[in-house]
Amino acid sequence: MSATTATVTGKSGRTGTPRPRGGMTRRRPVDWLLLALVVAGGILVLVPFYLVLVNSFKSPVDYATSGPLALPHELDFTGIAKFWERVNFPEKVWNSILISGVVSVLAVLISMLNAFAIGIGRVRGRTWIVLLFLMANLLPQEALLYPLYYMFKSVGLYDNIWSVIIVFTVIQAAFGTYLLSSVYGTFPKEVLEAASLDGAGRWQILWWVVFPISRPTLSVLLIFFFIWTWNEFLIPLTFLASNANQTVPVAISVLQGDRLMDVTTTSASALLGIIPTLIFFLIFQRTLTRGITAGAVK
Amino acid sequence: MTLTTRTGDTTRTSASRTSARRTRRTTPPEQPAIPQGKGGTGGYWLYLLPGFVLLLIIVLIPLGWNVYLTFQKWRGVRAPEFIGLENWQKLFTDDAFWTSFSNSVWMILAMVVVPTILGLLVAALLFDVIGRKFGGKVGSFLRATYYLPQILPVVVAGIVIGWIVRPDSDGALNQMLGWFGIPDVDWLGRMPSALIVLMVVMVWVQLGYPVVIFMAALQRVDPELYEAAELDGANWIQRFRAITVSIIRPEIFVVTLTCTIAALKVFGPVYVITRGGPAGATLVPSYYAYQEFFTKRNIGYGATIATVLTIVVVIVSIIFIRVQNSVEQKERAGL
Repeated sequence: MSATTATVTGKSGRTGTPRPRGGMTRRRPVDWLLLALVVAGGILVLVPFYLVLVNSFKSPVDYATSGPLALPHELDFTGIAKFWERVNFPEKVWNSILISGVVSVLAVLISMLNAFAIGIGRVRGRTWIVLLFLMANLLPQEALLYPLYYMFKSVGLYDNIWSVIIVFTVIQAAFGTYLLSSVYGTFPKEVLEAASLDGAGRWQILWWVVFPISRPTLSVLLIFFFIWTWNEFLIPLTFLASNANQTVPVAISVLQGDRLMDVTTTSASALLGIIPTLIFFLIFQRTLTRGITAGAVK
Repeated sequence: MTLTTRTGDTTRTSASRTSARRTRRTTPPEQPAIPQGKGGTGGYWLYLLPGFVLLLIIVLIPLGWNVYLTFQKWRGVRAPEFIGLENWQKLFTDDAFWTSFSNSVWMILAMVVVPTILGLLVAALLFDVIGRKFGGKVGSFLRATYYLPQILPVVVAGIVIGWIVRPDSDGALNQMLGWFGIPDVDWLGRMPSALIVLMVVMVWVQLGYPVVIFMAALQRVDPELYEAAELDGANWIQRFRAITVSIIRPEIFVVTLTCTIAALKVFGPVYVITRGGPAGATLVPSYYAYQEFFTKRNIGYGATIATVLTIVVVIVSIIFIRVQNSVEQKERAGL
């Protein structure tokens, strides 16, 4: 495992919390003031979450009498239940999981194949190929929207979750190719040579050497692709017309402004949109906050 | 464990770049990293084939087709009709088009300028003051707090804020203002409040991204540097400018580039909060193109707007990369 990182790790011994040093950790009044400032900003960031959380469990009457800031007098689940049944929430969650799950696996696979050819195979013109993939990821999706809509209609994939799966596999794999190519470009040569001397072909080297060694990077990509696809909106909105195929963000947004959505039901709809991503965040938090920084500077 | 080291290195760009260069020098650049037996290097193209075919069908062909559509009048039903540059000429006299792009400037203010500046300040405070004097735990807890809105699907973030600014007396904001005797405001039904609401959503969503990236970048900074500067009598602002900003400049570039592109492409929040209203005042290019495609069914014109947006995105990326390269070159020359 350490082989991948051996070439690139330097003196990264210093971790998050530096040891307190004499004098410098003395807290002056101004430090407390700055802490208060940052905490106040943090509270401001959390206020919308708090409002949605407390008001999802109120009845409309409770909301009208006690106002938005108060805790509910008693827990009332009608708003949540009403929205849950109206959109058939478990079905939407399943659609989102299916789409995001298949996309992330396929996109990682394609990124790996592409990056193997570019980073390790060093095919001719690879700088341009990487640039092409990067541009494909940066393009506004509107520029592909209508032709894709027309294409999927004519092959019968319109209003089918596979249309969305195919599109996002390509878009996410474009980013994955860009990132992974530079990672594989610094792959330790000795390991590849040793495998080659042992008589392994390219395909075997890919699966028995490159894949296991780069698995930490691949798993970060997998999580990213999952969450990015989960959060996508424009393409699922356009290609998944019928209720039964919609993803969580689409199902929630198309009901906004609906006459049946009273104030607490709308709040419940926002809460149900927050919960799945909050769960991912808690599960993947460590990998994620590190991964973003990995993607940042490449 | 391996993960830690991997990211530890990627944040320290210059170090990893030089080491990458070193490994490459040992292998000639046009040689594959695996020694070649029979077959040569051609076989690697096979690995690119699936990815490339998919890219062709899903991105390149639709992109070309979309440009072709800009010369057509098409309502999606009967055959398209060739009209030359008419769609392109229409852009110049179309107020909605210019409104949509001038709103992009407001989106850049809300998604790039404000979050980057605030993010720099928050990250520097968390790292330099709070992490150092109140412990790393407090710092990382606050960092996670600022990052929280980033994990939401952006439309859900829009719905959350949209819920708070509901019109009439049942909106949370209106209720709270009512305690001070302020009458109900139709936040989304008038300008400039509708645009301001959109901008607030974007600042709320975006802020966590620069905070997290900049804090990771600050791990590169040797704390002794700050201490030395402090002993030399440099105040916080001087240290911030001389040390923090100069060391994490690569990350500032990346954040401004990715956020600018995201700001140009913004769609979801406009769709769920204002639908471009009131009276088209909060249109953005992507929502305008979507409307032309699927509501008004002027497909050729929608394709033209989408093409302009694409060109702007490409130009912005090129400018950023150029500027970054020239800054890096100047730095190298200065050393």
